[in-house]
Amino acid sequence: MSRLLFFIPLAIFLVLAGYFWVGLGKDPHEIPSVLIDQPVPAFDLPPVEGRDRGLASADLRGEVSLLNVFGSWCVACVVEHPFLMEIKADGLVPIHGIDWREKDRTAGPAWLARRGNPYTLIGDDPDSRAAIGLGVTGAPETFIIDRNGVIRYKHVGPITPENWETQLWPIIRALQRG
Amino acid sequence: MIVELGHFALILALAVALVQGIVPMVGAHRRDPALMEVARTAALAQFMLIALSFGSLMYAHATSDFSVANVVANSHSSKPMLYKLAGTWGNHEGSMLLWVLILTIFGAAVAAFGVNLPQALRARVLAVQSWIAIAFYLFIILTSNPFARMIPAPLDGAGLNPLLQDPGLAFHPPFLYLGYVGFSMAFSFAIAALIEGRVDAAWARWVRPWTLAAWMFLTVGITLGSWWAYYELGWGGWWFWDPVENASLMPWLAGTALLHSASVVEKRDALKGWTIFLAIVTFGLSLLGTFLVRSGVLTSVHAFAVDPARGVFILGLLVVIIGGSLALFAWRGPSLRGGGLFQPVSREGALLLNNLLLATAAASVLLGTLYPLMLEAVCGDKVSVGPPFFNSVFIPLMAPLVAAMAVGPLLAWKRADLAAALSRLWLAALCTLAAILTVWLVHGLRDLVGIVGMAMAAWLFTGTLSELAARARLFTVPLGESARRLANLPRATWGMSLAHAGLAVAIAGMTGAGVWKQESVQLMTPGQTLSFASYEITLDAVRPVAGPNYEATRAAFTLGRDGRKLATMAPEKRFYPVEGRQTTEAAIRTTVSGDVYLVIGDRQGDGGYVTRFYFNPLVAWIWAGAALMVAGGLLSLSDRRHRVGAPARKAARGAAGVTPVGTAGARS
Repeated sequence: MSRLLFFIPLAIFLVLAGYFWVGLGKDPHEIPSVLIDQPVPAFDLPPVEGRDRGLASADLRGEVSLLNVFGSWCVACVVEHPFLMEIKADGLVPIHGIDWREKDRTAGPAWLARRGNPYTLIGDDPDSRAAIGLGVTGAPETFIIDRNGVIRYKHVGPITPENWETQLWPIIRALQRG
Repeated sequence: MIVELGHFALILALAVALVQGIVPMVGAHRRDPALMEVARTAALAQFMLIALSFGSLMYAHATSDFSVANVVANSHSSKPMLYKLAGTWGNHEGSMLLWVLILTIFGAAVAAFGVNLPQALRARVLAVQSWIAIAFYLFIILTSNPFARMIPAPLDGAGLNPLLQDPGLAFHPPFLYLGYVGFSMAFSFAIAALIEGRVDAAWARWVRPWTLAAWMFLTVGITLGSWWAYYELGWGGWWFWDPVENASLMPWLAGTALLHSASVVEKRDALKGWTIFLAIVTFGLSLLGTFLVRSGVLTSVHAFAVDPARGVFILGLLVVIIGGSLALFAWRGPSLRGGGLFQPVSREGALLLNNLLLATAAASVLLGTLYPLMLEAVCGDKVSVGPPFFNSVFIPLMAPLVAAMAVGPLLAWKRADLAAALSRLWLAALCTLAAILTVWLVHGLRDLVGIVGMAMAAWLFTGTLSELAARARLFTVPLGESARRLANLPRATWGMSLAHAGLAVAIAGMTGAGVWKQESVQLMTPGQTLSFASYEITLDAVRPVAGPNYEATRAAFTLGRDGRKLATMAPEKRFYPVEGRQTTEAAIRTTVSGDVYLVIGDRQGDGGYVTRFYFNPLVAWIWAGAALMVAGGLLSLSDRRHRVGAPARKAARGAAGVTPVGTAGARS
């Protein structure tokens, strides 16, 4: 009996390790979106400073596109940015941007002027009008929108070559072909 | 070139570690002195190789070599030199390299200074150390190479998170790691003892100083982290029960328990299995601390590496190291029979109570930290466990612990007279009562936590003094004799008293800052004066200023009381353009009774600024208490009983007529 006592710590540890294993398989930032397979909530955002066309939910119909939420204040967006430029350069899919929660109207355009603009259309959303409807929890977040303006996928955090290849691109390709 | 040398040295260290992990173990088994000696040479070689490796990474950071990916991701040419150097370990890869650097420093220390250790024990300890090193080298080389080049090299780097560009945080990780890794010594000794099948007083005498040193470093590391959070995050708080903080608190609690149980093994030959178990658990929790921060298993405000591939590797590493050692413990542990029997009311009994409470505290912090993860694994819900849980669990566990802490040192080993011990604490009881009444009169009954906290602090502080007085036989023998007795007390005893008193001071600080904190948030225009706490605060002006790698908005406040000017205070809001981030630099005026803590916020449309004022009572006591605890540890570490070959002197001191309460058999 007392020998068994010495096995208790091992047993507890193995159970814990099992939980860790399950926990590791999940992305800690993955928050299920109730908007998947729902049409994009209606919004009509004004243009950012220096551009004359904004972004409305109606613009997202007609072809498969990416809707990317960014901000000049957002560090992870800086990380993601070069890869978005590559997607644009390769002409894989149009990317539309929501410039979210800028305190200063010129900050977003200045950021894009400095780093390059991967976006086809950009809407200015300083007070989260569209972001709340989209259930955005942080930047960057990216939605895959199909031809009918329906959200098919939501990606939280920066797009990297790795998650692009494994998650986003296969979905986009399938939608573009179908 | 230098960077490649560093990479090469790291791989060479892995090869040396493989030799050190196998040959001495075989040597110890075969009792072959030549094979066992390999451990020492190899440990020194590993240290030199890793020092070279770490040095080369540091060189790359210092010279802003942007062909190294790690430098690009974490540095920028405009960063001050201190943070370029600190940037070496301010990122995942570099911090792992720091981890193994510290591991090899400890290994080399055993090799260089462990001359009096039995050769077989030393060989086994160093071999076990090397197994840990192998696991970490593989982890670094396979998943987190800090020496990867980036070709073509960009013109400049991405910068270091500005929150981390701070002297407090520059030195927080090294101390934390010195603590975490320091517990690997206790772990290696425990595993070596399980393999040898022998745990005795000599073993415990060897383990204690290493554990004590690790405990001190961890105390410094946690305090620095908490201090940093206090002044840098700008929330006016110093502890948030954040998973990363909890990850460092758990090994501290377990390590504190280990420190006390090892003394029972040393003095009384009891609690052997438990001590071995604690050594494994303490190091296991240290690894978990590394794991929690590094793997992103838990979401936390400052987990700065989210990468499942690394997570799987660390989990494998944890399963092998902790699971393996717990399996070894299950197999060999039952054969460790203790010799010393004791009554429930005795020094051993008090230390066992201390151990049970500390272990329960560590377990409840673990539960609170991991519960969200488990719940998610089972039902897919995302929850977070916050301060209310921890406060309501932690305080009820700490209260009896502190109550017993004042009594324990007054109890004799084996069997003690509780009534006699308590009768020496009448003055402490009186002071505690006075503290309760004072708090009650000033603040009323609604702050029950405040009353309990202050009572705990007063009881522990005066109880610790009473114990020193009892040892000195104060007022029963002439004063000169008392002074002589105090002067002749072993340093370890002074160290314990100092550390216990330090905890009392820290508890007073935590209670004050936690319960009687005042804060206010308001809009202010320059020239406006507001009264807050017992002060008048005037916002004089707000100006833009430029720093070396940031732009800041700096406010000038005048702090006054009763029309008298006390100080000018200048909080800042900084913007780091390279990283695109803002930080808050609070202005803090520290006094014994509390800190005035001012924060300047955003400008509003009409020319006003959001300002936040905090009055945090007794915060300085937390840092002072932690400093006292560390000083106690240092003093105890300098005790010659902890040094090599010292036990021989014990008899000599006993003959001089000084019989400290702490030495075995002196009073029974």
